Amino acid sequence: MSKVDNENLYRMRALKNKLAMVLSCGATLFGLLWLVWILITTIVNGFQALNLRLFTDMTPPPGSEGGLANAFYGSILMSGIGLLIGTPIGLMAGIWLAEFARHTKLGNAVRFINDILLSAPSIVLGLFVYTAVILPVSAMTNHQVGFSAFAGALALALLVIPVVVRTTDEMLQLQPATMREAALALGVPQWKLTLQIVLRAARAGVVTGILLALARITGETAPLLFTAFGNQFWSGNLLKPIASIPVVIFQYAMSPFDDWHSLAWAGALIMTLFVLVLSLSSRLLLLRNRAS
Amino acid sequence: MTENTQYMSAVIPDAISESEKRAARDHRHDAWFRRTMMGAALLVLLLLASIAGSTLWGGALAFKTFGFEFLTSTEWDAVNGHFGALVPIYGTLVTSFLALLIAVPVSFGIAIFLTEVAPPWLRMPIASAVELLAGIPSIIYGMWGLFVFGPFMAAYLAPWINDNLGALPLIGPIFQGPPLGIGMLTAGIVLAIMIIPFITSVMTEVFRTVPVALKESAYALGGTTWEVVWDIVLPYTRTAVVGGIFLGLGRALGETMAVTFVLGNAHNFSASLMMPSSSIASVIANEFSEAYTDLHRSSLIALGFLLFVVTFIVLAIARLMLSRLSRKEGV
Repeated sequence: MSKVDNENLYRMRALKNKLAMVLSCGATLFGLLWLVWILITTIVNGFQALNLRLFTDMTPPPGSEGGLANAFYGSILMSGIGLLIGTPIGLMAGIWLAEFARHTKLGNAVRFINDILLSAPSIVLGLFVYTAVILPVSAMTNHQVGFSAFAGALALALLVIPVVVRTTDEMLQLQPATMREAALALGVPQWKLTLQIVLRAARAGVVTGILLALARITGETAPLLFTAFGNQFWSGNLLKPIASIPVVIFQYAMSPFDDWHSLAWAGALIMTLFVLVLSLSSRLLLLRNRAS
Repeated sequence: MTENTQYMSAVIPDAISESEKRAARDHRHDAWFRRTMMGAALLVLLLLASIAGSTLWGGALAFKTFGFEFLTSTEWDAVNGHFGALVPIYGTLVTSFLALLIAVPVSFGIAIFLTEVAPPWLRMPIASAVELLAGIPSIIYGMWGLFVFGPFMAAYLAPWINDNLGALPLIGPIFQGPPLGIGMLTAGIVLAIMIIPFITSVMTEVFRTVPVALKESAYALGGTTWEVVWDIVLPYTRTAVVGGIFLGLGRALGETMAVTFVLGNAHNFSASLMMPSSSIASVIANEFSEAYTDLHRSSLIALGFLLFVVTFIVLAIARLMLSRLSRKEGV
C-alpha cells in the first residue's frame, strides 16, 4: 500500500469516528430536548391553572368553575388501598424468591413471569379486573354494584405486586449470608430470621420498592378507565364509581372546553411533580443502598 | 428411641420436653411460614394464567362469531355489530415499528455517549435525566402530544414531509396526507420518546459489562472509539441489546394513553402514515365504557387477549435474551 492510500485510510477512519461521536452527542441532545420540552409545557400550562380551589371544589360541568378535590381524594384512596393489597403479597412472594427459591426451577419461573408482568400492558389488567371481578359481582348483586373504587384499587394492586416482588427479591439477596448464619446458629427459627433480621436489614431497599410502585400507579390511567370509571361528585363509597386524577385528565383533555383543558393541565402538573419527586428520591435511595 | 426418650425425660422431664416442644413448634411455624410465602409467589403465576384465561373467556363470543375473519376484516361497525380487528392490529404494528425505527438509533447514540464519550462527571446527570423521561406518566405524553406536538407537526413537519418525502417514487404515498397533526407518524414519534429511556438504560447497562481489558486491547491496537463500539462492544453484547430492543417493543405495543391522544381513533384503513388510525389499546380505552352490546364488549376483550399474547411473546423473548447475558456474566 502506498503512503497516500494509508493516509487516506486513516483520514477516513478518523472522519467516520468523528461523525459517530457527533451523532452520539446529537442523539443525547435529541433525547434531552423532549424531556425539557415536555416538562416546560406541563409546568407553564399547569402553573397558569393552579389555584386553591383545585383542592376544595368538585369537578365542574363544562362552562363553570371548579376544582379537582373529588379526583384527588379518589386517587389517594385507590392508591392507598392498592398499596395495602399489593404490598403484602409482593413482599411475601419476594421473600419466598430470595430466601427459599434462589436457584430453583420454580423460583426462576416465578421471576421470569414476574418480569413479564412488570412490563405487561396495564390496560389488559383493567380488562382482567373487569371480566374477573366486575362482571361476576354485578351479576351477583343484580347490577347494584358495577364499576367501583374497590375494583380500581384492585387493578392498581396488580400493578404494585410485580414491582414489590422484584425489589424485595433483589434487596434480600444482597444481605450477607453470614448474618443469616449467625442468627441460625443462635437457634432462631427461620421465620423470625427472615422477618426480624433479614427484612429489617433490607428495610430501606424494600421501602424504595414500595415507593417506586406508588410512583408507578399514581400516573396510571388505562386500568382505571373501566374499573373505577369516574364520578363527577364526591364519593367515599368503595362500591360506587369514583373519580381519579388521571381519568379526569383524560376526559377533560379530550373535551373541547377550554376551562376543562386548564383543569387537566393543573392536575397534570401536580401529578407529574409528585411522580417525579417520588421516583427520583427512591432511585437515589436505591443507589445509595447499592453503593453501601 | 422411644425408650431412650422416656428414660431421658424421666431424669430431667421439664427441660427436655420444653425444648423439644419448642423445636417442634418452631418447625411447625417455619413450615407454615414457608408455605404462606410460597403461596404468594404462586399467586404471581396464577395471576398471569388468569389474565390470559379471563380475557380469552371474555372474548370467546367475538372469536366464535367472527372466527378467523376477526383478524382479517377491516370493518369495525358498532351499529351493525360487525367487528374486524385488522385496522387496530395494523395501527399497533405500524406505530410500534416507527417507534423502534426512531428509538433504536437514538438510544444507541445515547448509550455510546454515556459509556464512551461523556466525561465521567457528566454521565450521572444525563443518565438520571433520561431515567426521568421514563418516570413521566404516559398520559402527560398524550396531553403534550395532543396540545403541543400535534399542532407543531401540523404547522411545520407535516407540510415539509408532504412536499419532500411525499414526492418520492414508491414510498411517496405513505407520506402524503392532510397536515392534521395527529396520525400514525405522530403516534410513532411520541411512542419513540417513551421507549428511548428503556432501551437506553438496557444498552448502557450491558455496554458496561464488556470487560475493560477487551476494550483497552482494541484501543491499544489503534482502534477509534467508533471502531471499539462497533467491532468490540456491540458484538459482545449483541443478544442483550436485541433483548433491550424487544423490551422497548413490548412497551410500545401495549402503550395506551399516549397513543389514544394522538392517533385519532379512526377505523378506516389507510396506507398513509399521516392519516389517523387506531391501535388495539386505544380502541379499548376509547370504546370499552361505551360498549353496550355484548358482542362489542366481547370484541374489545378479544382485542385485549390478542394484545396480551403478543406482548407476552415479545417480552418473553426480551427476558430470555437478557438473561443469557447475565448467565455469561456469572461464569
